[in-house]
Amino acid sequence: MKIDRTLLDKIAHLSRLEFDEKDAEKMMKDMTAIVDWVEKLKEVNTDGVEPLTTMSHEINMLREDEVKPHLDHEAALLNAPKKDDVYFRVPKVLE
Amino acid sequence: MRTYATFREIQHDLQRGALTCQDLVRHHLSNIEKKSHLNAFLSVFPEEALERASLIDQKIKNGTAGKLAGLVVGIKDVLAYTGHPLQASSKILNGFISQFNATAVQRLLDADAIIIGRQNCDEFAMGSSNESSAFGPVLNDADNTRVPGGSSGGSAVAVQADLCQISLGSDTGGSVRQPAAFCGLVGLKPTYSRISRYGLIAYGSSFDCIGIFAKCVEDVAVVLEVIAGADDEDSTVSRLPVPQYAEELSRTLSKSYKVAYVREIDDAEGLQPEIRDAIQRKLDHIKNAGHSVDVIDFPLQEYVLPTYYILATAEASSNLSRYDGVRYGYRSPQTTDLQSLYKKSRSEGFGKEVQKRILLGTFVLSASYYDAYYTKAQKVRRLIREKTKDILKQYDFIVMPITPTTAFKIGTHTDNPLEMYLADLFSVQANVAGVPAIAVPCGEDKLGLPIGLQVIADDFQESKLLHFSDALTKMN
Repeated sequence: MKIDRTLLDKIAHLSRLEFDEKDAEKMMKDMTAIVDWVEKLKEVNTDGVEPLTTMSHEINMLREDEVKPHLDHEAALLNAPKKDDVYFRVPKVLE
Repeated sequence: MRTYATFREIQHDLQRGALTCQDLVRHHLSNIEKKSHLNAFLSVFPEEALERASLIDQKIKNGTAGKLAGLVVGIKDVLAYTGHPLQASSKILNGFISQFNATAVQRLLDADAIIIGRQNCDEFAMGSSNESSAFGPVLNDADNTRVPGGSSGGSAVAVQADLCQISLGSDTGGSVRQPAAFCGLVGLKPTYSRISRYGLIAYGSSFDCIGIFAKCVEDVAVVLEVIAGADDEDSTVSRLPVPQYAEELSRTLSKSYKVAYVREIDDAEGLQPEIRDAIQRKLDHIKNAGHSVDVIDFPLQEYVLPTYYILATAEASSNLSRYDGVRYGYRSPQTTDLQSLYKKSRSEGFGKEVQKRILLGTFVLSASYYDAYYTKAQKVRRLIREKTKDILKQYDFIVMPITPTTAFKIGTHTDNPLEMYLADLFSVQANVAGVPAIAVPCGEDKLGLPIGLQVIADDFQESKLLHFSDALTKMN
């Protein structure tokens, strides 16, 4: 299956990524090769096979719903690229 | 100071007063300095490690030291260590400081291990050569023109070059075993969920395992028994009791283990003949030691790697959506609105291999392709897991190479992603099936580069696996 520019742009938008002309070319080429290669799985008969959706051996691990200390405000904001005293800051969302 | 082959010898010398933890830390710091060209460490914590060493020396004198007193550890740059930088070798986490300890790290500290630094790796643990790090490649200490393997390349080289006694890495598709093979080390990927993933930067959550690099099986055993087991912070971690792995190593080995060897792997195109020969010689030793070896068929072999790449990239695309330039890490200075903040921060912050995997994952999860790729791969994963478990019902172990070749030259596969992915051809089966697997040294090729042998066991059979691999390292 060929990953063309329209499809790449669509996936890139969903992934919140963007590519210039040169990088897009390389990405389309690599992705097409990889997608063609994984299509090999079509050869495997999986009729009646349930998808395997979890690898954990533990089922419904529950605990008491107790209030415990969590990351405090200061620590949570410490790594923010832009913040004020109480909030993360981002560009204006509403006009 | 001499280089210690085992942690047991270190403890022995510490106890009789012939050695101090400070000596050990100084020894490793001096090696780190001498071998800085290897680029194995992204941060080193000299003052802190020495201070801790002095504290633990005192504890040894007082008889109050923990089980891992004197163990100098390096951690891959995917494990959280409070107050220290953590960035998965990615620009997108520039400046990030951990606000808590990973459970595995906490347990090492509680047992009086000393953490000496943070180790280079492929960006977000995606790679097989350690060439995709934002901080440059790591060099193999056996030959500086060659890669150390990946993604935990820095962690492997650090043990190889005696920059620390053991390292913690992570293994999603072979990222501990493959570099262990390229560097001549023991490398364990335990059963999925044996070790808590709390504080491990997520790549493919249904595959990710913390793994251990060491010079010998014994050191792996003693570390595993400390860091494995139930944890309130990880709802997927196994609650099964943790055996005393180190103690169990001294039991008498079963006289007659049943070992399976996969025909499709022996026939694999691109398997370096010297690796095939080295494994055959080891299989002869195994037979001579009284165990049986049968050649078996695993016709799903060729589907394991494509299954892995569909599912791991899908999980990665979801896990890596959290890096958005808002709450931590890199934010592009070019942003005009929220949308461009996300797109520019991610496009400038992530390297190209990571972006490729995010795109692939997003593609296989997108509405039009979900069933054809993602669901299909989950079905094949079930078949692979069932077939692998069927073999392990009849046999104690599956033995196979870890890598198709020994360490390759830097730059060999960087232009062709599929070639690079094939480096994981033999290691991914254990991750897709969730079972434990270990790399042990198995001779050298004619250039003197290490060859690794892989042993796979059934779920939670680490005791048996370690026991047998320990014996393997001593069979000559």
